[in-house]
Amino acid sequence: MLETIQLIPIEYYVWLSTLLFCIGVLGVLIRRNAIIVLMCVELMLNAVNLLLAAFSTYLADGQGQIMVFFIMVVAAAEAAVGLGILVMIYRNTKSTDISLLDKLRN
Amino acid sequence: MSLYVFLTLGVISVITALLMVFSKNPVHSVLYLILTFFAIAGQYILLNAQFLAVVHIIVYAGAIMVLFLFVLMMLNLNKDSEPQKSATWKLIGGIASGSLLITLVGALRGSIQVTAPAQHDNQVGLVQNLGRVLFTDFVVPFEIAGILFLAAMVGAVLVGKRDLKM
Repeated sequence: MLETIQLIPIEYYVWLSTLLFCIGVLGVLIRRNAIIVLMCVELMLNAVNLLLAAFSTYLADGQGQIMVFFIMVVAAAEAAVGLGILVMIYRNTKSTDISLLDKLRN
Repeated sequence: MSLYVFLTLGVISVITALLMVFSKNPVHSVLYLILTFFAIAGQYILLNAQFLAVVHIIVYAGAIMVLFLFVLMMLNLNKDSEPQKSATWKLIGGIASGSLLITLVGALRGSIQVTAPAQHDNQVGLVQNLGRVLFTDFVVPFEIAGILFLAAMVGAVLVGKRDLKM
């Protein structure tokens, strides 16, 4: 759709991605449930993906979208391993509260 | 027309992302995040990145979020067991992320210059073209991604096993 590129400035995608990324950061900072924190990390990855795809389309270069594809691959692997670790933590502590995980302190 | 679609999808994604962060019930958080992902998939379609839109829906909404929802329901987490940070920490987190937003906006404003090529090819996001790039220029990273998945699969099974007898 050439219309998209003519009507929407690339800045709009930059602002939208920035906003979504900062919402993800906010979630990581204020939530204590480890699963929600992982979801906020996924949101931040998605904000970056959107920006890469937007620039890829505006520059008519497919390599940015390949990059997004690889980020999705890594995100899927990360979610699988992260959730496995979380289930293991839940078995040991009966909670997914990240503030309980300060055993390395002191 | 496409500007309105962009604005609608953007507002939907931002609102559902905020609801995801602030909702007390973790299951609602997952469902709001799925809505955010669908809005982002709409943005991909708007950008004519059809391959990415389809893969995004399949991988994120279809696989990753179902995994999250499955784990949440398996651990039986709900509103009552949800740990809460104190108001002070929430305020500090809000100030920190707000500062990050202001810094990023200030740094990026006016510094973005994109000169589109004269002969603009808007078919770049189609499966045919991306597949050609993926299997010629990026064939080694593609294979490495396969090995990464194998390692992640073995790791997830190993971490998730109840009693590991070596």
